[in-house]
Amino acid sequence: MYAFTYHRPETIRQAAGLLSRKEDAKLLAGGHTLLPTMKQRLASPGNVVDLGKVAEMKGIERKGRAVVIGAMTTHADVAGSPIVQEAIPGLAALAGNIGDPHVRNRGTIGGSVANNDPAADYPAACLAMGATIITNKRKIAADDFFQGMFDTALEEGEIITRISFPMPGKAAYMKFPNPASRYALVGVCVAKRGSEVRVAVTGAGASGVFRWAEAEAALAKRFSSKSLDGVKAKAAGLNADIHADAEYRAHLIGVMARRAVDAAVGK
Amino acid sequence: MAAVSMTVNGHSVTADIDPRTLLVQFIRDNQRLTGTHVGCDTSQCGACVVHVDGKAVKSCTLLALQCDGSNVTTIEGLAAGGVLHPMQEAFREHHGLQCGFCTPGMIMSAVDIVNRKGNNLDEHTIREELEGNICRCTGYHNIVKAVEAGAKAMAGSSMKRAAE
Ligand SMILES: Cc1cc2nc3c(=O)[nH]c(=O)nc-3n(C[C@H](O)[C@H](O)[C@H](O)COP(=O)(O)OP(=O)(O)OC[C@H]3O[C@@H](n4cnc5c(N)ncnc54)[C@H](O)[C@@H]3O)c2cc1C
Ligand code: FES
Ligand code: FES
Repeated sequence: MYAFTYHRPETIRQAAGLLSRKEDAKLLAGGHTLLPTMKQRLASPGNVVDLGKVAEMKGIERKGRAVVIGAMTTHADVAGSPIVQEAIPGLAALAGNIGDPHVRNRGTIGGSVANNDPAADYPAACLAMGATIITNKRKIAADDFFQGMFDTALEEGEIITRISFPMPGKAAYMKFPNPASRYALVGVCVAKRGSEVRVAVTGAGASGVFRWAEAEAALAKRFSSKSLDGVKAKAAGLNADIHADAEYRAHLIGVMARRAVDAAVGK
Repeated sequence: MAAVSMTVNGHSVTADIDPRTLLVQFIRDNQRLTGTHVGCDTSQCGACVVHVDGKAVKSCTLLALQCDGSNVTTIEGLAAGGVLHPMQEAFREHHGLQCGFCTPGMIMSAVDIVNRKGNNLDEHTIREELEGNICRCTGYHNIVKAVEAGAKAMAGSSMKRAAE
């Protein structure tokens, strides 16, 4: 790890000020992606702005028909939240299956969404549930936010403060975890709100999380895993690596999608 | 350099450190508490698990500065007055270790599981919850037995919350 100067702001405004004033500054949330990257010297910020003491970025609240989660809320807190468990149980379950208990005690939803790892879990939920990413400058729809592998709509100096999930009628996430890392080899989130069905796939796409239009169309007709019989994901554009080739990932997308629909309807 | 203060096993400590100092380095090199191990340094193995404000974390993936003002408990903070913590005793009794390298992290994780999930743990729960702890020796069988027995023993012990 290269040397850096450490800052500990207590408000979003102070954090934003530090980001714009200090050269080569990076936000530190849970640090469970950033610190390993800094150890490998793949990142070497001159200034680290720790959000750990920014109280206004933590917490979970129900706002009408939406659940709003502060960016600095840990995976463990989302998983254990009675509000999330009641309003969007599939989201609580997703958070409870990220990595391992230690990772869940430190990693945050804001860090995960900002990082947009192609194998991360939260991006699939944001996209399928039509979440809104709220920053210190604006509100961004999930459809516009995730722009490719490790790439998002965030601009220089922009801070995610909260993420708002409209409550789906039915939703669930299923992942086939990489047995070593627990990241998604393939993860599928399905959400039905009114007559709209959205299906988002993570872990598989060569350019990160994506929506699976064929499955959405089939499920919009009838929200049942049977509707996906014969609907096959295409292997073109999927990741191939030592863990799984593109054909196998394409197959797993179908399996995870059917399981997610079954879970969403309570089968 | 930057100033950091925290409580480690009940003692308040203050130091001037390089901001790069990881919590595990602070514990081992600065505090000379070498029970907390570094197995991988890449957040995978769990040999470095300690409790920060009552929660189990991988201390190799945390800056000491992120723990300013926190309450840290390491494996050395479990035993009291020369008496082993019930979870430590259970690992000894059930031969839950061979080389012992993973053991401090296993025990700190195990105590955390009990704090969250209670004293009656089934095998499936224990294995799921030990997801973040790797052992290269035992094959886990006796670790799982030790955690199950230690969890039960903690019910009747005054040391159950890991000295937090
Ligand atoms: C062993 C291990 C297993 C894991 N398994 C999984 C898994 O199964 N599934 C999964 O999804 N993830 C997994 N992760 C990743 C984990 O969820 C991370 O915590 C997460 O990806 C990043 O969150 P963080 O809070 O640690 O962010 P950090 O590492 O602190 O930050 C990540 C990046 O986001 C930026 N950032 C952070 N917060 C904000 C903000 N509020 N606004 C703008 N930018 C911000 C930072 O500058 C940095 O570039 C795993 C990690 C580890 C170490
Ligand atoms: S040394 Fe921290 S997880 Fe391996
Ligand atoms: S006893 Fe040797 S690594 Fe677990």
